[in-house]
Amino acid sequence: MFPENFRYTKEHEWVLAEGDTATIGITDHAQQELGDIVYVDLPKVGARLEQGVTLGSVESVKAVSDIYAPVSGEVTEVNATLADKPEALNRDPHGAAWLVKVKLSNPAEAEGLLSAADYQAYIGAEK
Amino acid sequence: MPDVPPLRATPLNSVHRALGARMVDFGGWDMPVQYSGVIEEHRAVRTAVGLFDVSHMGEIEIRGPEAGLLAEYVTTNAAARLQAGQVHYSALLYEHGGFVDDILVHKVAGDHYFLCVNASNQDKDFAHIRSANRFDATVENVGNRYAQIAVQGPRAHATLQKLTPVDLGSIRYYWFADGEVSGCPARIARTGYTGEDGFEIYVPPADAARLWSELLEAGREFGVKPVGLGARNTLRLEAKMALYGHEIDASISPLEADLAWIVKLDKGDFIGRGALLKRKVSGLRRKLAGFEMRGRGIARDGYEVLWNGAPAGWVTSGSPSPTLNKNIGLCYLPAEVAHPGQPIQVMIRNQPVDAVTVETPFYKRAK
Repeated sequence: MFPENFRYTKEHEWVLAEGDTATIGITDHAQQELGDIVYVDLPKVGARLEQGVTLGSVESVKAVSDIYAPVSGEVTEVNATLADKPEALNRDPHGAAWLVKVKLSNPAEAEGLLSAADYQAYIGAEK
Repeated sequence: MPDVPPLRATPLNSVHRALGARMVDFGGWDMPVQYSGVIEEHRAVRTAVGLFDVSHMGEIEIRGPEAGLLAEYVTTNAAARLQAGQVHYSALLYEHGGFVDDILVHKVAGDHYFLCVNASNQDKDFAHIRSANRFDATVENVGNRYAQIAVQGPRAHATLQKLTPVDLGSIRYYWFADGEVSGCPARIARTGYTGEDGFEIYVPPADAARLWSELLEAGREFGVKPVGLGARNTLRLEAKMALYGHEIDASISPLEADLAWIVKLDKGDFIGRGALLKRKVSGLRRKLAGFEMRGRGIARDGYEVLWNGAPAGWVTSGSPSPTLNKNIGLCYLPAEVAHPGQPIQVMIRNQPVDAVTVETPFYKRAK
């Protein structure tokens, strides 16, 4: 369910770090909790993210939910397809519907996040 | 830790859980917010038929020789002009003209009125009506005697007709009939909160679960779906039907809420009439208006609204509209600008986003 090579936050973001770059998204659990996703607000290329600070938001029909940066860095790419097809987040949150790519300012940060097994246990306990 | 009272459950609670519904605390009730998904459920009601558990709604009965006089005195609409078997939308007001609640009034007989009221307001409504009762009438809170299921959508008639000998075609919009559905006694009202044709049926709680499954079976050929509170809200918003706690509350009068049509100032005295007459003379400061977003973003309840660059009001309800594929909302604005075509802005996460006021309702079904 949750890819082993990702790291996770308790706010339900994932990060895939590869060297000094990383891809960020929200988890399948997050999309399920939100329901039909209809809007995604993302930062622009060049924006500086700080771990734990809001990077954008995702909205379902019912509610707005903040997305927090799981790691610090500079945004190098934004998934432009989500502006027109936010519903992709309901279908492939761990794949095609990634949110942003960043150049990491502190690659060690990702190490401190939850492993897939820890995240699975965390959301199990949350219920 | 403060004591939190346990959530109240409708007779269909275990049915919702078995269907895999996501449950939420709705005004103290454990209710389904969605089953398969808000958009899918919304579309089922617009194109086919949806089933709603609205058993949390309250019911109050007024009976006795002067039941009509009491109903007339505590509500804004002309209860005395109802015929037996007829329903209308109405309001309970405070003396100062603000809402106690918005309600449906059913006239069963000259000495018997049946009120459907909001779940979270039922105790307050009951106390309010009782305290105003200086007539030869009795007021009874009968919410525990009824489960309520709404069958809504273009195929609601065909679905429900399979389960009842009552000729549903003979029940006009905002009329009701007492009869049987699946062999259990039922009050069948052609009313709803979706902007579609449909029925709201009041049945004994013990029969609710059986009836629910029979309705799902009867509607299967039409693509029936159980519908949660999420889609109930988007459906009512598209139809511009008010929701207590959003468009209306104790600080809002029906004139401001664009509900002057349920206020019959000429019918004689009723609670709140004096205050409304005064407001009518002095003019309204604010009024409800519909809007569509023009910029990217979804307006949400409570967001600030700007007119001419300055704070001018607030969003009462805002949502994506699954039928129109637009982001829509209702807001209070100064009365002089609360008409279609006004450019406004909605503050979304500290950014002003363009919107424009539009004609309402946002959605009207083809007759």
